Amino acid sequence: MSAMSSAASSLVLHPALILIAGALLLPFLRGTARNIAVLAAPTFALIALWLLPEGRLWEVAWLDYQLAPLSVDKLSRLFATIFLLMAAVGGLFALRQPSKLEVPAAFLYAGAAVGVALAGDLVTVFVFWEVMAVGSTLVLWSANTQAAWAASLRYAMVHLGGGVILFAGVTGHLLATGDASFTRMQPDSIAHWLILIGFLINAGAPPLSAWLPDAYPEASWSGTVFLSAFTTKTAVYVLLRGFPGTEILIWVGLFMVFYGIVYALLENDMRRILAYSIVNQVGFMIAGIGIGTEMALNGAAAHAFTHIIYKALLLMSAGAVLAATNRRKCSELGGLFHSMPITTICGTIGALAISSFPLTSGFISKSMISQAAADGHLQAVWLLLAAASAGVFLHAGIKFPWFVFFQKDSGLRPPDAAGSMRWAMILFAFLCIALGIWPEPLYAILPYAVDYVPYTAAHVLTQLQLLLFSGLAFFVMLNYLKRTPTISLDVDWLYRKPLPVLTRRFGGTLRAILSAGERGVSAVFTGLIGRLESQRGPRGLLRRSRPTGSMALWMMVMLLAYLLFYYLG
Amino acid sequence: MKNAHWLDQPKNIKLLWRGFLFVLALTVAAEFLVQLHPHFEVEGLLGFHAAYGFVACLLMIVFAKGLGLILKRPDTYYAKDERDE
Repeated sequence: MSAMSSAASSLVLHPALILIAGALLLPFLRGTARNIAVLAAPTFALIALWLLPEGRLWEVAWLDYQLAPLSVDKLSRLFATIFLLMAAVGGLFALRQPSKLEVPAAFLYAGAAVGVALAGDLVTVFVFWEVMAVGSTLVLWSANTQAAWAASLRYAMVHLGGGVILFAGVTGHLLATGDASFTRMQPDSIAHWLILIGFLINAGAPPLSAWLPDAYPEASWSGTVFLSAFTTKTAVYVLLRGFPGTEILIWVGLFMVFYGIVYALLENDMRRILAYSIVNQVGFMIAGIGIGTEMALNGAAAHAFTHIIYKALLLMSAGAVLAATNRRKCSELGGLFHSMPITTICGTIGALAISSFPLTSGFISKSMISQAAADGHLQAVWLLLAAASAGVFLHAGIKFPWFVFFQKDSGLRPPDAAGSMRWAMILFAFLCIALGIWPEPLYAILPYAVDYVPYTAAHVLTQLQLLLFSGLAFFVMLNYLKRTPTISLDVDWLYRKPLPVLTRRFGGTLRAILSAGERGVSAVFTGLIGRLESQRGPRGLLRRSRPTGSMALWMMVMLLAYLLFYYLG
Repeated sequence: MKNAHWLDQPKNIKLLWRGFLFVLALTVAAEFLVQLHPHFEVEGLLGFHAAYGFVACLLMIVFAKGLGLILKRPDTYYAKDERDE
């Protein structure tokens, strides 16, 4: 490290640590001081972020590896910026949240997401990844209901499982390459596949997408707003950096897109509709990452940025409705535009933005992904993305505002959202439109130079045709879309119904089999690590890597065992 | 109903529908004025995006309904179990 950069590193503050320090400070504050701190912590972190130069700013030696816990380039700054903006405006929205745990937990969670975005090495990524799981579980707990508690256990289970897979992958990568830095990888080894799977679990990819719509809607009216932003978009970020152009991601993304639409069409709970729609939107981003051209990667990054804003806006409007009416089912809502005009307008702006209507932020971001598919002559992908865009308008763009704010009159006349909630919604609604009209500031901070003009007469016209005729389909088919008080089964059925019954009945036998299986697994991994070591033998690193390897193995076995006993206990 | 909103009156709803259908027709008619630059052959067909959006949505709704026949359960399906424990 040069003298200059080491001087700079002694001065710079880590934005993630500023936010986490804020989270730890908040429980000791009350009243106005607390409100100021809620807004100031992410704001300071945002300023600190933009004062950072590019490069590996902090470097630490750990065992044999060179770690870079603070590392900045355009991509990481883009994601850290939107995470901090989200923390600030989410904090504003949640000022009236009576739970004193939720905002600190959300800031810990957001800080960890920023930490992942600014991590220059895989070890730091993993550490912040796990802090995110803890922070988000605490956000769920702070809802303080039985349903949230049960959902948080399932949520934690999936994410601890994902963490174990990621940990195994990172360990394998370290052993095989001797290099911890987080750069582009190919899915060419077991370790890299494990890393990819670990990332994809947090993105809400199949087959485990169900964790997201299961858990997020159980948080409080403000908690879901925070949850919607960080876990899945951090996963998009790490996939952008680690696996751009990995073709399978196109198909994973397209599956998620249609999964989200179909389940959202069947759903009755307003926030579960929006949760399925997160999977749908992240699907667009992952498909873009799979296409992998500069245009596609810019599109995926830009779409993550705009998506966080309009999805938070949609969930804020749903949260305002929940806080005002204490109801969450479309079949019990409707006609709220009478007494909640500001919430209705803001929610509708969010709905237009998610549908990529011209003059909204979705139009200038999502279209880059479609353009990249067209540029690459991927006709099937392009057609599926276009159908999916129509489907977004169907399930989120019209369905959500129609059933919540319009449709039949439920007779409810709750007061409109209170001051802090209203301002948070207005701010994000403003950004949805401002970015749609004036995309240049966003284009300027994307990872690659942007050579794309969203507003051509042809593009505006074709998009309007696609969306408005989807709207026609919605109203023509309205009778088939009538809400029923139902849920739709998903993969989570497996671990909510048969698995508990089986473990209750065959618990003892299973435990014996599993512990035998565990010994088998550990033998396999010991063999695997032995092979890796023998490859590294000639370089004489055998003795040094052995303790790391066996420690990692035991950590993994313990985590696996923890996970298994968690089920069985 | 007291304090009836203009959106509550059937007359206005009908007007909105007519306006909507007019705009729909307009977006297709505008293809004669706007130079489209299609990347794929199908895109060049008149009203392709309109027809595609409409049909894609119909298919997605029908598919979702079909899947719903198998997957739908009352929304107390899990909640009852969780209270038991």
